[in-house]
Parts: sequence; structure tokens; C-alpha cells
Amino acid sequence: MDCAGIINEIKAKFPGFSVISAVQNYPDEICLYVRPEIFKDTCLVLHKILLSPVKMLFALDERKMANKFTVHCVFLSAKSGQWVTVAIDVPAENPCFDSLAKSIYSASLFEREIYEMFGIKPEGNPDLRRLRLHDEVWPQGSFPLRKDFAGAPKNISAENLPAYKFSKVEGNGIFEVPVGPVHAGIIGPGHFRFSVAGEPIINLEIRLGFTHRGVEKLFEGKFLTQALRLAESVDGESAFAHSLAFTQAAEKIAGISISLQAAYARAIFLELERMYNHANDIGGIAVDVGFSFPAAIASIIKESILQLNEKLTGSRYLKGINTVGGVLRSPEEHEIRMVSGFLKEIKKDFNQLAKILTTSVSFMDRVDTTGVLKKKTAEDIGVAGLAGRACGIALDLRKNFAGVYHEAKFKMAVEQSGDVLARLRVRIAEFEESMRLVEFFLSKITPGETAFPQPQRKEGEALGFAESWRGPVLYWLKTDCNGAIERCKIVDASFCNWQGLSYAVLGNIIPDFPLCNKSFDLSYPGNDL
Amino acid sequence: MYRILKYRMLKGIVTRHIAPEALGEIESTGKELKTLIRKKFGKSLHIREVDTGSCNACESEIISANNPIYDLQRFGINFVASPRHADALLVTGPVSKNMLLALKKTYDAMPEPKFVITVGDCALDCGVFKGSYYTAGAVAQILPVALHIPGCPPSPSAIIKSLLAFLRQHD
Ligand code: SF4
Repeated sequence: MDCAGIINEIKAKFPGFSVISAVQNYPDEICLYVRPEIFKDTCLVLHKILLSPVKMLFALDERKMANKFTVHCVFLSAKSGQWVTVAIDVPAENPCFDSLAKSIYSASLFEREIYEMFGIKPEGNPDLRRLRLHDEVWPQGSFPLRKDFAGAPKNISAENLPAYKFSKVEGNGIFEVPVGPVHAGIIGPGHFRFSVAGEPIINLEIRLGFTHRGVEKLFEGKFLTQALRLAESVDGESAFAHSLAFTQAAEKIAGISISLQAAYARAIFLELERMYNHANDIGGIAVDVGFSFPAAIASIIKESILQLNEKLTGSRYLKGINTVGGVLRSPEEHEIRMVSGFLKEIKKDFNQLAKILTTSVSFMDRVDTTGVLKKKTAEDIGVAGLAGRACGIALDLRKNFAGVYHEAKFKMAVEQSGDVLARLRVRIAEFEESMRLVEFFLSKITPGETAFPQPQRKEGEALGFAESWRGPVLYWLKTDCNGAIERCKIVDASFCNWQGLSYAVLGNIIPDFPLCNKSFDLSYPGNDL
Repeated sequence: MYRILKYRMLKGIVTRHIAPEALGEIESTGKELKTLIRKKFGKSLHIREVDTGSCNACESEIISANNPIYDLQRFGINFVASPRHADALLVTGPVSKNMLLALKKTYDAMPEPKFVITVGDCALDCGVFKGSYYTAGAVAQILPVALHIPGCPPSPSAIIKSLLAFLRQHD
């Protein structure tokens, strides 16, 4: 699909449509600049044509150069394997734009984010509570992602700051159970507020942002290679997926196309990351029903893969291996043999693990029909990745975009029921598929080859993406004429999927919450940024 | 049940047969650790973990230290669910402004005597997140820190070894 193609499609549904300009900087990215008046209608039409939720919605502060802000809204065209962006200018004085939230629910969180970070008002959004800058510690009116932001406000007295307003469920016999931010396990912080009537949960509000570290601001002013370390630390358990999405965007800007060898090596690392995390989650689900034996097997599998990662890359979490232009090290001949041996062992353990779980009647009883997320709800919220595939949303960036996965005849795992069992089944299937993929890519790789081009410092903007084990990780990057980063917008699959969890638990009992939570296994740092 | 038993027999004791090179060291470290802990804390050392803004790789390694291969528990070190049961507070990550209050409250909820351990480079000096508008500072600026375990993230064996070295030092 090209610019003219998509414009004609929009015009067919929306005769008043016109563009200010349309650009296709890269084959997989189309950007349409439109007048602010038709922003909402254009987005609505694209949302319907492409059957895509809002994948990214973010702002840029360009007041210094052009006396305006801009807002970009990104959709996914799964059929053609492309990203379609609608962009508008927003005036510097009294900045606001038409909210999409009432028509496209998946825009809601993004709009709240824009308002809190830039002070640009999405006109008509009924909920503008802040997500990450907690009301109790951060005064109103200080917007960190504006370019003239002068650092954290000083001398704030806590008494003057209001408390956060949770949504309230009213009525007889409703009581609230607040949990967190510090939880019982070794895990990130978040606040969960359950409203229950008797046993069943009738509302769950998840308040996050506790691990907010101002990551997007930290990217600004850094050069691509410097910023890579930061990208790896946004979410340590998907360090490689984040670095991959980042380097992809960086490579597009720098005009580098990576070698096929590097693409194979990256795919191997991405799958290894998926494997150790899926094993960890399967074990976690077993722990949460009190079934400790399979959990122990799962943790042995996870440890084996971490050790394998270390042997291959020097890092258990695959940090410091990826670079702009390729990978720093690709497996040697003897390492390829070693990995094959490792995989055989892992396969044996994994088969046992899967069998023990799926043949245990009491285990299956706990996971079957627990924590159902309906497909319609998931689509509205914009749930993506594994949680989406478990309720019938057949999308996987590895499938949707051309690349080495096509060569490997990648098979996507999809389930329909949307419960804990479905998510478990998708995990099991993906783990098995990942093992096959690693073997396939290993057979393709030429040992030891790592040459890669040095990136030029260039001006540009691009979107990079990777299908992490949780779902899509998206990086939108813009660099200035010196090649320094001007804006980096990150969306981890967790951002929308956390909301999926709050719908999936409805009607379940609180003791099943850990089980539902683990079956999604979402990221705190990836969401909080 | 039969499958579990059979698998269990065939697999043997994993704590011994994975990574034999590193094993001697961990075993001897562990034995000493156990004696020290017995002496100082009666029977066992109880730790409460708090994440104040980490990337979760540090958590993952702490969890790994508890897996059947390293099995930290066999040396008498337990991770507990409540600060009220803890002797030590283990903190990861730079301290996000949002976690400042929770961190202090968790520390206050612990009974005396108590001490604080930090894990990972972020916890020492905010690491890659240094200079952010939203960090309240490194852990040591907020609580008295007795031990820091460096690394990004430190491996499970580094965590075990640091704990031992620390306890030995304070013998
Ligand atoms: S020290 Fe490294 S691994 Fe640990 S939380 Fe910080 S960035 Fe993550």
C-alpha cells in the first residue's frame, strides 16, 4: 500500500478528507499530515478500515523551531505490514486537540499521558487523571516532556497536594480491598484496588507509575549508541526486544540495512528471551495454584536458558549484544553445536513440564474458565501480543511484517477462550515454536560473522518495533541535524494490556487474582517508563 | 503422580549437577554462610525485598538465587512476604519519587535490629537513570545502607557470595 492507496480508501468512507502532505519515508511507514479539524474523523475512518486500535498516540514539542506542538496517532495495517500515522499541528498557545477516546477507547490512556507530560488537552476526554506523575508528589502544571521544562519543582509541601481519586463503586455491601504498592513477592510495585460484592470482584482499578523514572526524557539529547544502554534498561526482562525495537528505528534513520546474518542472530536472541520468560510464567502459574513441583522444573528451564544466554553473549539478560547496525557477536561453530545440545535437554524438561500440568485434573480445574478476557473487550482496549492471541486476536508482528520469520515459516499460536488456560496454551505453543525457530536460524547462520556498518549521525524520524514475549514493543524516534535524539516515544505491550487484566478478573474471586495476573505477566517498568 | 516420581528419580538432585565448575565455591560459601547465619540470627536470615524503580532484571536474579540450582533457602536465607517478619530490607532500583514514601514505610514497619542491602548499580547511584527528574536519589541518601551488591544485574552467585563476605566481615 502507498500514500495514494490509503488516501483513496479514506476518501471512499470520508468524502471531506484531504491531506496537507503525505509521506512514505520507509516502505513500512506512511504518514498523513491533516488539518486538526478532521483529525478525529480521519482517525475514526482508519480505525475502521485497518481494524486497528490506536497503537501509539504521542506529542512532540516543536515550539522552539516552529512555535507549535504536533500530535501523532499510529495505526497498524496488519494486512499490508505497515504503520499508518495521522499527524496534526497543535498551537503553542492554549494547546488542545479533539479527543478520540469516546469513539476509540484505546486512545484513552495515551491521551491522559499526553496531557500529563505536555499539558496538551484532549478536548472531550472525560478522564484526565495522571498516570505516572502521582498527584501526591508532583504538583499540577509542571510538564516534564516540554522542552522548556526546567527540572523537578522544588520545595513542594505534601499538604498542598491532593490525593488521587479512585473510581468508587457504590451500593450496599460493597467493600474495597486495597493491595500494594509493595506486594508480598519479589516483584515490582503497583496498587490494585478491588471492589467486591461478597466474593466476586466487580471492579478492579490498577494504579501504576510507581517505577516511573522519566525514561523518555533521559533519551533526549543522547546519541543513538549511547541511548541503547538506556533502552536495554527500560524493561530488563525484555531487554533484547527493547534494544531491537530501538536499533530498528535508529537504523532506519541512519539508512543502514543490516546483514542477513545479523538478522538471524537477532531472531535467535529474541526467541531465547521469549523462551526463558515463557518458562518463568508457566512456572509462576503453577506457583500460584500451589503446585510447586512443575514450578521447580520451570525454574530449572529458565536458569538453563539464562546460562545459555550468558555463554552466547556474556549477559544472562542479553544486554550489550545488540548494536546499531547489527550484533556485536554471533555464535561460533562450537557454540552452535552447544546450543543444539542444550535445546535437546530443555525440550525434554519442557515436555515433562507441559505434561505434568495438563494432565493434572485439579490444576486444569483452576485455570480453565478463570480470568476470561473477551475478544471484543480486548479489541476495544487495544490488548496486543500474547494476551490478545489468547482471546482470538490473531496478530503477531513476526507474522505481519516481512523478514527472516517468513523464511522460517513461523507459525502463530492462537486460542479463542481468553482464559488463564488459553494464555497458558499459547505460552506452551510459543515456547515450542521458539525452540524450532532457534534451531532453524542456527542452521542458517555462518559462524562468527559480525561485520556491521558504523551509523552516520543524521536527522530523521522512524518507528522501530519488535514482538517481545509479551507483545509489540514500539519505539518512535526523532533525531536532530546532529544526530542527537529529540524525542523517543516508547510503547510496551504492557501499557494497554494492564487494562485487559482489570477486565479479565471481573466476576472472579480475589484468591484467583494472582493466577490471572501471572497469566498476563505484565511489566511494571515497561509501563511506567 | 507416577510421572512426577519417575521424572524426579531420573532428574536427580539438580542443585549438584548443574554448572559443576562453580559448584565447589558455592557449596563452601553456602556452608560458611549457614554457620554465620545460625550464629548471628539464631536460625535464619529473613529478607524483605522492595523494588523502588528497577528494570526487573535485578528481581529476576534474586528470584533465580532461590531456584533449585542455587537454592538460597538451604543456607538459611528466606525471602518473606511482610516487613514485620524481616531482619533485612533488600532494595533494587533508583528510588522513584512515587516509591519514596512506600520505601520509608516498609523500613519503619520492620522490627529492630534491622539493616538495608542494595542490589544492582541503579540502587547505588541511580545507574543509567542518573539525572532524571523523577528519581528521589540513591537508596543510601534515604536509608542507612549496610551492604551493596554491584552488578547490572548481579548474578545469583554474586548475590550469595556478597552476602557471605558481608556476614564474615561483621563477625
Ligand atoms: S542495576 Fe541494572 S539490572 Fe538492576 S535494576 Fe538497574 S538497570 Fe536493571
